[in-house]
Amino acid sequence: MLKRLGILGVLNVLGANAYASMINLPQASEMAARVDSLYDFLFWLSVVALTGTTIALLLFVKKYHRSQKGRETAYILGSHTLEITWTVIPLLIMLFVFAWGYKDYVFSRLDPPGAVEVNVVGRQWLWNFEYPNGRKTMNEFYLPKGKPVKLILTSEDVIHSFFLPNMRTKTDVVPGMYVYLAFTPTLVGDHPVYCSMYCGTGHSDMLATLHVLEPADYETWLQTGKAPGIVPAAFHGSEGDAKPLSQAEKGAAVAASKGCIACHTADGTKKIGPSWKGIYGTEEALEGGGKAKVDENYIRESIMTPTAKIVKGFPPSMPPFAGLLNDEEVNALIAYIKSLK
Amino acid sequence: MASITVPHGHTEHKDYIHEADGIWSWLTTLDHKRIGLMYMVTTMIFFAAGGFFALALRLEHWTPTQTIMTAGTYNKYFTLHGAIMVFLFIIPSIPAALGNFMLPLMIGAKDVAFPRLNLASYYIFLAGAGLALYAIVFGEGVDTGWTFYTPYSIKTGSSVVLVVSGVFLAGFSSIFTGLNFIATIHKLRAPGMTFHRMPLFVWATYATSILQVMATPVIGITMVLLAMERFLHIGIFDAKLGGDPVLFQHFFWFYSHPAVYIMILPGMGIISELIPVFARKPIFGYRAIAYSSLAIAAISFLVWGHHMFVSGQSDFANIVFSLLTVLVAVPTAIKIFNWTATLYKGNIKLDTPMLYALGFIFLFSIGGLTGLFLAALSVDVHLTETYFVVAHFHYVMMGGTVMAMLGGFHYWWPKIFGKMYPEMISRVGWFFVFMGFNTIFLPQFWMGAHGMPRRYYNYPPQFQLAHQISTVGSWIILIGFLIHTFALLWSLKYGAKAPNNPWGGKTLEWTVESPPTMHNFHEQPVVTAFPYEYKSERV
Repeated sequence: MLKRLGILGVLNVLGANAYASMINLPQASEMAARVDSLYDFLFWLSVVALTGTTIALLLFVKKYHRSQKGRETAYILGSHTLEITWTVIPLLIMLFVFAWGYKDYVFSRLDPPGAVEVNVVGRQWLWNFEYPNGRKTMNEFYLPKGKPVKLILTSEDVIHSFFLPNMRTKTDVVPGMYVYLAFTPTLVGDHPVYCSMYCGTGHSDMLATLHVLEPADYETWLQTGKAPGIVPAAFHGSEGDAKPLSQAEKGAAVAASKGCIACHTADGTKKIGPSWKGIYGTEEALEGGGKAKVDENYIRESIMTPTAKIVKGFPPSMPPFAGLLNDEEVNALIAYIKSLK
Repeated sequence: MASITVPHGHTEHKDYIHEADGIWSWLTTLDHKRIGLMYMVTTMIFFAAGGFFALALRLEHWTPTQTIMTAGTYNKYFTLHGAIMVFLFIIPSIPAALGNFMLPLMIGAKDVAFPRLNLASYYIFLAGAGLALYAIVFGEGVDTGWTFYTPYSIKTGSSVVLVVSGVFLAGFSSIFTGLNFIATIHKLRAPGMTFHRMPLFVWATYATSILQVMATPVIGITMVLLAMERFLHIGIFDAKLGGDPVLFQHFFWFYSHPAVYIMILPGMGIISELIPVFARKPIFGYRAIAYSSLAIAAISFLVWGHHMFVSGQSDFANIVFSLLTVLVAVPTAIKIFNWTATLYKGNIKLDTPMLYALGFIFLFSIGGLTGLFLAALSVDVHLTETYFVVAHFHYVMMGGTVMAMLGGFHYWWPKIFGKMYPEMISRVGWFFVFMGFNTIFLPQFWMGAHGMPRRYYNYPPQFQLAHQISTVGSWIILIGFLIHTFALLWSLKYGAKAPNNPWGGKTLEWTVESPPTMHNFHEQPVVTAFPYEYKSERV
């Protein structure tokens, strides 16, 4: 079995791609296949080196163990020949590995002319996307298959990292500077985005989804904001479903896809912001005195301009969602919050 | 080591433990052995504390969402686990504990060059640790990760300044210890002990000390700048004030990469002592091992940027750092081959220290080989900031340094306390530690390669099984550590009395009593040979 995998591994290294890579993830960009090839080469190199060393260790321990009588130990201080051999061979292998990694890295850093450009802004704990035609999205974004794309990224607060495992690429997203990621998506479908640089309480909830579409579908989405053929996590693509979602169910989907749940819970647990459970209809004490009744207008204001009224005991850390959520989505959210009794 | 010692008629000298009584005699001692022992106890307490946080983190990951703690607590726990293990355990553990104890004995000296500075170093370390503990127990704790990356560390409400002050102080302890050891090695070697007759643990300690003296000031300055940024908003790291957050990473890793070698070199030194003794063979390629320590120390200053391949530093810098990083693998590979070759045609005894040495070679090989994945630029872009990195550095730091330290503890335990530990029980302990360690960290390579990011409180459900295997591993290793603790403490009271040289070692520490007297040597030893002079013998 191992031997078979080994031969196939060599084939894969040679570009034959004869077997599944050791990284069992979709290869959603050209870069992904390149990274996997080097990864697999290193994997099998490591297996061979480790097996060799371990066999030598175990063999020596067995053969030269104290219980093996009737022999003489050797007095050996070293060997220049061996010393040079095991300096030069690893050196050559390492330089080879460096060169391979270098070659693919340079490929991944090429700035393709005519790429689809998308601006990405990270902030605790969500991702905003802005397209050249002015379309904005949050935590979900869309790219066409087969066309080079260039994401231009920055952060509003602390360092985040934009990690696309299916594309085998990532970059830290640093406040005060622009960085870019360039790749060509090759696989239609949904691909996860993780924030991989620790950024505080909501770090592991700072997730996004990349929807790779056929170029024609992408154009449709770019013009209309609706993507045919796929049902994104947010509800606005769900009209074609057999059973329409209730308002509250849509709201739950919005809360998940727009990152609300990084700070607000539905079960009464306090996170960064107040929990939504049973909050509708109550009176909240505010920072700086005063009270506010939690009704439709209050919720809408708290979403669009969160700093207008800060609930006592919570930091003023929520970003404004004005322009990022449409009326339909806000209505659904309000219905969802109402339903959490 | 062959030495000429004029027989001394009387042995009424008490050993260093019983030389003076009372707590005050310990707190004011200038004896390197007592100070080493105090470091040993202190760093073991921190090891237990850091281990507690690790066990709690692993338990939290039993389920993909909340299991036993909130996200805020989780973030503080992983920060404390890292900061305690790095700054309060692993950096001081081998050099300050075993190094302090063994270095003068191994070179035939009565003490280190500056005994008062040595004691002061210990108290500075305690003060630094105390500040950090104060922040944890009475303050807000700290939730930045042990790396204190800006600007998060500037913005967070936790007690960052107290903790970085602790790191700053502990750094001075490290610098003073390094200075002390360099002076000791240069000036206090016994007659006849040339540099090429020094035991390899001494060589490794020497390389480590150079790193400590040269690199640690950088972390001190960085910590001061971070504190000033928080208090005075000087605008060096904060992008909002025109600073550069990535600059902090350069400063931080300019220390913390050499610090990786401050952590691993002494471990390599221990392995170089254990292998010849338990194989009854001269170490293979003494000079190659000795000089590769210095080579590693030198190159380690030039590779810090490999922690930052996706940080936004320039592509050119990435390429240069990648090239330099693959080069550092060469002297490391040389050591692995030399240790393995030493076993050839030896007379091998598998006592606990040797089990740890063999375990070290296996685990450290995995650590080194997976380092190659991370040195290759294109693959690193995918793997960095994932569990692959977590598994890699645990194979180096824990599979390497901690295993070497445990091997060293068992090897020198008879010398330090004059008692033999129970061999069979300790071997069982080793088995649990070795199996538990691999159970924890092997699945983490798989997780990282499949995209599991580090420092994730909630995680995607496809990783649950791997996380659970890893968590079970943490319980297995706990059993191993408990067995070791029990066996070693038991031996203090019930262990057989240790002879002066239970393992047949040739280095000078085995020529004195177990435990040694306050002045180590009754007569000045004179060194006439190489430290691993194991002649051919009939088995």
